[in-house]
Amino acid sequence: MAEIDYSVLLLALLAGAIRVGTPFLFVSLGECLTEKGGRINLGLEGILVVGAMSGYAVAYLTDSAWLGVLAAGCAGCALGAFHGVICSLPRVNDIAFGIALILLGTGLAFFFGKAFIQPQAPSLPSIELGAWSDDARVRSALSVNVLFFIGVALTLLMHWGLRATRWGLVLRLVGDHAQSARALGYRPALVRTLATASGGFLAGVGGAYLSLYYPGSWNEGLSSGQGLMAVALVIFARWQPLNCLWAALLFGASGAVGPALQAVGISSGYYLFAAMPYALTLLVMYLSCRPNQTLSGAPGELSLNR
Amino acid sequence: MPILNRRSFIKAAGVLGASTALPVNLARAADKPVTVGFIYVGAKDDFGYNQAHAEAAAIIKGLPNVTVIEEENVPETVAVQRSMEAMIRQDGAQLIFPTSFGYFDPHVIKVARKYPEVRFAHCGGLWQKGVHPDNAGSFFGYIDEGQYLNGVVAGHMSKSKKLGFVAAKPIPQVLRNLNAFTLGARSVDPEITTTVIFTGDWSLPVKEAEAANSLIDQGCDVLTCHVDGPKVLVETAEKRGVMTCGYHASQAALAPKGYLTGAEWNWETPYRAHVMALQSGAPMNNFMRGGLKEGFVKTSPYGSAVSDAAKAAADAVKASMLKSELSIFTGPIRNNTGEVMVAEGTVLTQTDVVLERMDYLVEGVRGQI
Repeated sequence: MAEIDYSVLLLALLAGAIRVGTPFLFVSLGECLTEKGGRINLGLEGILVVGAMSGYAVAYLTDSAWLGVLAAGCAGCALGAFHGVICSLPRVNDIAFGIALILLGTGLAFFFGKAFIQPQAPSLPSIELGAWSDDARVRSALSVNVLFFIGVALTLLMHWGLRATRWGLVLRLVGDHAQSARALGYRPALVRTLATASGGFLAGVGGAYLSLYYPGSWNEGLSSGQGLMAVALVIFARWQPLNCLWAALLFGASGAVGPALQAVGISSGYYLFAAMPYALTLLVMYLSCRPNQTLSGAPGELSLNR
Repeated sequence: MPILNRRSFIKAAGVLGASTALPVNLARAADKPVTVGFIYVGAKDDFGYNQAHAEAAAIIKGLPNVTVIEEENVPETVAVQRSMEAMIRQDGAQLIFPTSFGYFDPHVIKVARKYPEVRFAHCGGLWQKGVHPDNAGSFFGYIDEGQYLNGVVAGHMSKSKKLGFVAAKPIPQVLRNLNAFTLGARSVDPEITTTVIFTGDWSLPVKEAEAANSLIDQGCDVLTCHVDGPKVLVETAEKRGVMTCGYHASQAALAPKGYLTGAEWNWETPYRAHVMALQSGAPMNNFMRGGLKEGFVKTSPYGSAVSDAAKAAADAVKASMLKSELSIFTGPIRNNTGEVMVAEGTVLTQTDVVLERMDYLVEGVRGQI
């Protein structure tokens, strides 16, 4: 076998972490926001697919990728609000409704997305951080999409907003102890619905990243469970936006490691590498959800805690 | 009833021969009206496997006295049995083409036993006489011939002498394509290597894009694939200024600069044969196989980037394939660890079942099963 080029491998992992990780980042930030308010929205997988479809469709029809992103966010926001409102009704289980929303979202997206499989929509611009290099590989690896930077900025904003603003405090209070929030005059159902809707917006944008940038086209097999994995990722990140960023990058890199290793000639056991993101999810769930261990940082009102 | 069976076999073979040999307009239009159903596993406009079937179904739709009904996104579960029954009972379908590999066993077999008057022509399965019902059958094409030609063109066009192949799973059909592609390229220049990346499933867009990027980073300058929808690979390669060879259907529209040629299915041939047999009342031909010569596969027109030398070389190879002078798997063939897999002097023709059990990577492929 030929000698192994480790610099290429590292570069591929770094580039992959960013390219594959960005949708994880958006969906997990959305889920983080939702769960901080005390609800779990498993339907983000469905919202992601709707976002990917509507983003691609609008980008194609208006010839503007950014309008597509906005449309994806709005579609996600609408579905998120739907989840929020329905789950505010008495005796509605948010997890069960989330699963229903996955089915609804993918069904809607497949139905309306039929016409948009063939046409090519404009794609999102990226920033060429590698312009200094002569190496095409470095240039390609460092060509980073604008949405990634927006995601990082949002992470910092959420990190600061949740701990230092009144809105953040209200959201955390509602998520930790709804009765106290009610006693203080806040309306938990409204706060949660808003949080779920904003979470939906972010998941929709994550979907638009898939269809408008990487891999960059709409088809029915586009999502491979990113939305569901993001839920596990939020637990892994202990409900901290900053950790969501690292976790998203880690999951992104684990998705990229299989192809990258095979490309440099390490090809034994590629099924193991292909299963890595899922194995990582399982490991995270095992480590964080053992019965004798309370989840540090988990919002108290989450239905998996009550 | 051995005599009857032999007779029906001879008749069916005759129908196939006639249908492939005769030009289209000689086929009689005054046949009885029939309803034909097509079932696809994915979207019929996926720039890939399903599109290849749907394009041929569109041609069948244009035949006189033929009504075509289609259903897409039917999973390889009992769902396909329900689809088939619905086509038979509601639409009165007399011939059904379940086009995905996983439909055959047990779904097609089960429904075929239940409706003996309906014909089921499955794509890709291995129909066996006596084991499977007589109103079912299978057809498939030797698309490795197209991949060999892809390899010849890629071998001429590559500057880095490194090619890339994104494969879904290491099953014989995929390995046969990968090996044919590599043998084609190495017939041009034995220095050429093909790096293979297995993604693990038929449709994983993010992983396919990642695989394409990794291959390009490694210096591969012509890519091809065997996944359900080559759209992602072709688009990713085009964005990065790398050449591609297509698969399943033509992806030329997606890569005006870098698309060289492609191995495409031409399902019109078996479809037409089955429909004509049904219309004329001839018995069903249960087992059909064919390659370039028989018109089961075809190649995409050459892209603008292809040099004249490459075109001439590929055309010459194609001509000798059409005359059955060239067999892709002609010994000596070694695997990529140096063992002889096909001995010197051995020529494996396309119909050889050994080829349907392929489990090795030929010399020049970088990768492992």
